Amino acid sequence: MNLTAADIAEILRLVEGSTFDELSLEFEGLKLNFKRGADGAIARPAAPASPTAMLAPVEPPPVAAAAADPNLLDVRSPMLGTFYRAPKPGAPPYVAVGAAVEAETIVCIIEVMKLMNTVRAEVRGTVAEILVADGALVEYGEILLRVRKPD
Amino acid sequence: MSIRRILIANRGEIAARIIRTCRELHIETVLAVSEADRSSVPAALADRIVCIGPARASESYLNAAAIVQAALGTRADAIHPGYGFLSERPVLAQMCEAHDIVFIGPTAAQIEAVGDKVRARDEAQQAGVPVAPGATVGSLKEAMVAAREIGAPLLVKAVGGGGGRGMKRVDRLEDLPAALQLAAAEAQAAFGDARVFLERLIPRARHVEVQVLGDGRGGALHLGERDCSIQRRYQKMLEESPAPGLSDDSRQALCDAALRFTRRLSYRGAGTVEFLVDRQDGAFYFLEMNARIQVEHPVTEAVTGMDIVAEQIAIANGAGFSIAQSEIRFQGCAIECRINAEDPLNNFAPSPGVAREAIWPSGEGIRVDTHIASGSSVPPFYDSLLGKIIAHGADRESALRRLRTAVDAVRIVGVQTNLSFHKLLLADPAFQAGSLDTGYVERLLERNPKLAEVREYG
Repeated sequence: MNLTAADIAEILRLVEGSTFDELSLEFEGLKLNFKRGADGAIARPAAPASPTAMLAPVEPPPVAAAAADPNLLDVRSPMLGTFYRAPKPGAPPYVAVGAAVEAETIVCIIEVMKLMNTVRAEVRGTVAEILVADGALVEYGEILLRVRKPD
Repeated sequence: MSIRRILIANRGEIAARIIRTCRELHIETVLAVSEADRSSVPAALADRIVCIGPARASESYLNAAAIVQAALGTRADAIHPGYGFLSERPVLAQMCEAHDIVFIGPTAAQIEAVGDKVRARDEAQQAGVPVAPGATVGSLKEAMVAAREIGAPLLVKAVGGGGGRGMKRVDRLEDLPAALQLAAAEAQAAFGDARVFLERLIPRARHVEVQVLGDGRGGALHLGERDCSIQRRYQKMLEESPAPGLSDDSRQALCDAALRFTRRLSYRGAGTVEFLVDRQDGAFYFLEMNARIQVEHPVTEAVTGMDIVAEQIAIANGAGFSIAQSEIRFQGCAIECRINAEDPLNNFAPSPGVAREAIWPSGEGIRVDTHIASGSSVPPFYDSLLGKIIAHGADRESALRRLRTAVDAVRIVGVQTNLSFHKLLLADPAFQAGSLDTGYVERLLERNPKLAEVREYG
């Protein structure tokens, strides 16, 4: 079965209304762990699809932010530069969430001193998240996007 | 304009040193780090870090495009290059000039002028600064003719850079062809420039250098001299100011020569004019100019009470000097030891690793500039400098006493250090008497073979 973001939000609501502190769900190839925080609030789930999770931090600590989900692969910036999702302003982006990528697929451009460097996915799967805003400075090794492994 | 945010394109103790002055001046700091330096002490001190590339310097600290892009992306208005890395390569200064970023240092053209050692020699002569007899080298035949005129012993030196790389000593003229070949190959590898020139070797010379500041408009100040004769294979190990035993007349002549050179270039920023002083007759010869802040700058700061990094920033801001020459006072004596992660018992081989424990000295007249705390890593990719201990006292004797006490109190566990060398040096009567020349360390190690069981000569 496939879990959607709406499904997870529904599960979260159910847990929040319950007396349980912890919930573990296991599906084929997918494991979800929920844990209620000490103050009674729901802690951030390990599942990546929750709409509240994984907002790109202002200054991303690239190493620490590695995905906890083994089915998600990080695509990291090979250099410091300015991140662009499209080949030129106004053009459609190289990839969007949900797009299928192959190792050779170009996912973005990193500009260093007017030099446009294309970045390839290097992995196969479906784009799950794009963590950097268009036009933002990215550091060497910073996670640009996450790709879900094919089933 | 006024600099509000500086990107520091360096690492190690000098990065920490620059951050300290920026703090005092309420200037924000962005530290460019390689992947290996994310958890360094200066990274913790900076207001922000930005990772510019992998550990290897060629892909991070030497990557001018990444550094300038990092400055633009973090809206820094200036770049401080520190020493080493890109500080003396015109490319970073050029790129800053092209992108309206203030380069805290000389102009690209000035870096080029002093980076070419033959051109710098010409500039020195034009400024009335003495140079050792020498000649450029075209063909081997020309070189032999020139060498006969200069006389042995002589040095084959690289045009493209200093620091002993691409330098060969020739004691007999028949060895010249081989030395030329070797030096050219080394120079090509080190500087990407195989050109070499010849210069008479001054035996028993002292290395004395003058700290200068230029305002970029022809104005210049000197902050006195430093004796850096304690070197091993052209790498300085200990520096002091004033130069022991130098007469007031010689000191004045050296400082005047350095000022003439600085003014001739309309030099901008902090720089050092290096000389060799012949111990026999006191004559001095221009060696080169280093167009950056030096490792040993704290020695000068200790005796003058000035902050050279703050002066650099003021000059870059167009604010000129904070002080007039006549107001600069030279008080007492300061001596600096460079503590390196290297093994004196193994030919001073670098000793990277983790400094599991690092205890540095403190006390009256003691300053420590370091980037190593307990648990700090000493990556294998960069130079081995762990820290510098600077002792200041009313005279050389009291500075030495403080320095010996301080060096004895250092405790570094996890990496090998050259502390044993410094203890030997500071206890040596000839050193204590101030009888220094650039061959001193070699002779000291010869007398104490335990410290240098396997040694080669550069």
